[in-house]
Amino acid sequence: MNISLFAAIPEIFVTGMLVIMLLIDAFIDEKKKAVNTIWAILTLIGGFVLQLYVFIPGKVQLAFNDMFILDAMACGMKLFTYLTGIIVVLYVKRYVDDKQLLKGEFYAIFLFAILGMLVMISANNMLILYVGLELLSLALYGLVAIDRDNVRSTEAAMKFFILGALSSGLLLYGISFIYGATNGHLQLESVYAEIGALMKGHVNNASLVFGVVFVVAGLMFKLGLVPFHMWVPDVYEGSTLAVTTVIGTVTELAAVVFVIRFLVGGLALLGPQWSIMLSVLAFLSLIIGNIVAIAQTNIKRMLGYSAISHMGFIAFGLMTTSVEGLSAVIFYVVTYVLTALAGFGVLLMLSRDKYECEKIDDLKGLNKSHPIYAGILLLVMFSLAGIPPLVGFYAKLKILEALVATGYIRSAIFAVVMSLIGAFFYLRIVKVMYFDEQDSEIIVADNCILGRSALVLNGLALLVLGVVPQQLMVACLRFITG
Amino acid sequence: MLQTVFFYVFSVILVISALQVILAKNPIHSVLFLILAFVTSSCLWIMLNVEFLALTLILVYVGAVMVLFLFVVMMLDIDIETMRKGFWKNLPLALCLGLVVLAEMVMVLVTKPVVVYQITQTDNSISNSNQLGWMLYTKYSYPVELASVILLLGLVVAVALTLRPSSKNAKYQNIAKQVAVSKTGRIEMVKMQAEKVEVIVDEKVGKDKEVSV
Repeated sequence: MNISLFAAIPEIFVTGMLVIMLLIDAFIDEKKKAVNTIWAILTLIGGFVLQLYVFIPGKVQLAFNDMFILDAMACGMKLFTYLTGIIVVLYVKRYVDDKQLLKGEFYAIFLFAILGMLVMISANNMLILYVGLELLSLALYGLVAIDRDNVRSTEAAMKFFILGALSSGLLLYGISFIYGATNGHLQLESVYAEIGALMKGHVNNASLVFGVVFVVAGLMFKLGLVPFHMWVPDVYEGSTLAVTTVIGTVTELAAVVFVIRFLVGGLALLGPQWSIMLSVLAFLSLIIGNIVAIAQTNIKRMLGYSAISHMGFIAFGLMTTSVEGLSAVIFYVVTYVLTALAGFGVLLMLSRDKYECEKIDDLKGLNKSHPIYAGILLLVMFSLAGIPPLVGFYAKLKILEALVATGYIRSAIFAVVMSLIGAFFYLRIVKVMYFDEQDSEIIVADNCILGRSALVLNGLALLVLGVVPQQLMVACLRFITG
Repeated sequence: MLQTVFFYVFSVILVISALQVILAKNPIHSVLFLILAFVTSSCLWIMLNVEFLALTLILVYVGAVMVLFLFVVMMLDIDIETMRKGFWKNLPLALCLGLVVLAEMVMVLVTKPVVVYQITQTDNSISNSNQLGWMLYTKYSYPVELASVILLLGLVVAVALTLRPSSKNAKYQNIAKQVAVSKTGRIEMVKMQAEKVEVIVDEKVGKDKEVSV
């Protein structure tokens, strides 16, 4: 029995800081609530540093009876999670103050969500994957509903909650079938070994495939692929911008690792079965995500549909099940999160008390009054559309390369055509910002130098990573190969 | 033999009550059928020798969760007609999906050989709950701890969504004040004249009569 907890020190640290934060929040004066923000940032920085400290390159560390795994992928993705978490806090800080959301609770629930992601990223057991997912989901339901007096938020939270509970049910049902068919195994490597033994013995694996169908349905709901995408636009639009930022950025990292662990870690031998399902879902997501996004007038909703189409791309990458494909998926999700983060960052800077910058028309003539923000949003839109030399282009290119290398040439052509259609609504935002006349004054409310400089750096990162993507690509490849 | 008979009796009741949960017109009936489903499945568990889980199912789900559920359903004024409005419109799609899932399940059941594993009988000298406790707090300590974090999160979210510090109705506890309370502050002795018994009886009879008329 392995009882070493060394590898889990960062998670234990985050949990401890979280509990202390709840205590501080309970006793602190209403005017001094800014302490919570600083505490949240300190927690994330501490987690980041400890993560670097506990990781031993080239060695897979296990803890908690092998249910917790710290390999290269876990370490890398957790570092990214901490990093994006810090950036998210810097961006939403002023917005949360302005909207008078409950500051203490907001950051506490946010840290709970981060903890859920960390658990998911380094889970080595189906039970832990599920528990981590529930931790994350429950925190997200709470965050969506935190603007209690807003009818749209409450409605979005309700939809999210009911559909999320349903998909968790599907996932659990699928896991129970896999548990039964593999003679009672939940540990991912034993599930893998047991399925291998079953395949050799030529036993009927109908119940396994049946379980996989439900598992894939549950997983794809979390990624937001068509036809399990119904919640995405509503939740993106209904929740406050700060919460949309959390859901649309950090969460995706953990969700993709979650799917990789499940499908590639545990069920790799059933690849032929689940990659067909993924390909169908990816086709549908690319069509619906890109085409319906054209009709949107709300930026948040549009970004929701854009997220669906990007997840379609990621599903294509997962479908290849090759090392190149998976490292392309990791590269894609990391760069997508960075890009979306900058986009939401600009919207957050432009929103203020009682005013949400969420209509596309709200951006009219942004270039005249605030050329820097317009420039960052331009980079974001070009990167999302996949225009070189921005990083989004390389991400798409990598996925397409992997698709062609594994023989899915028609899928690659289809993906290119669809992202061409998608370029329309990204470029429309650029057109609105640069060529339309301003009809209402745009005020940038944020006066925090940290948030602003983080945003500028984030925007520059899109360009720099686009010009020299090599380092990040190599790192992503190393996450998969170990 | 007797075991098989019991198994089928409980299973039939379980399946019928589970169907009734979704088919019953009255939501209260649905909840009651769900309770019946829990009880029968706990009977099935007892037949599998997992007494502790079976009793927990009854204590926690029937005793606590479902009673709460019953209260919520009774409190909410659910208009069943509006809830059933979309039924015929959505039926074709729902039926298609349901049939697909059903076909999948049938395919799993009919393809042979079905994978069957024999459960290895463990040492009977240690009681069921004892074994479960050992497993939970040694092998499965990580998920148990994570579950406790989830409960803490549930608590925080529930407070965040319901407590409004700005409103005047929020009630706070002042423990120092509670401890320092004295008898005179709480109890007031009042002298009251004894009332005449006959009058009350008469009134009551009169009222009762009125009601019954």
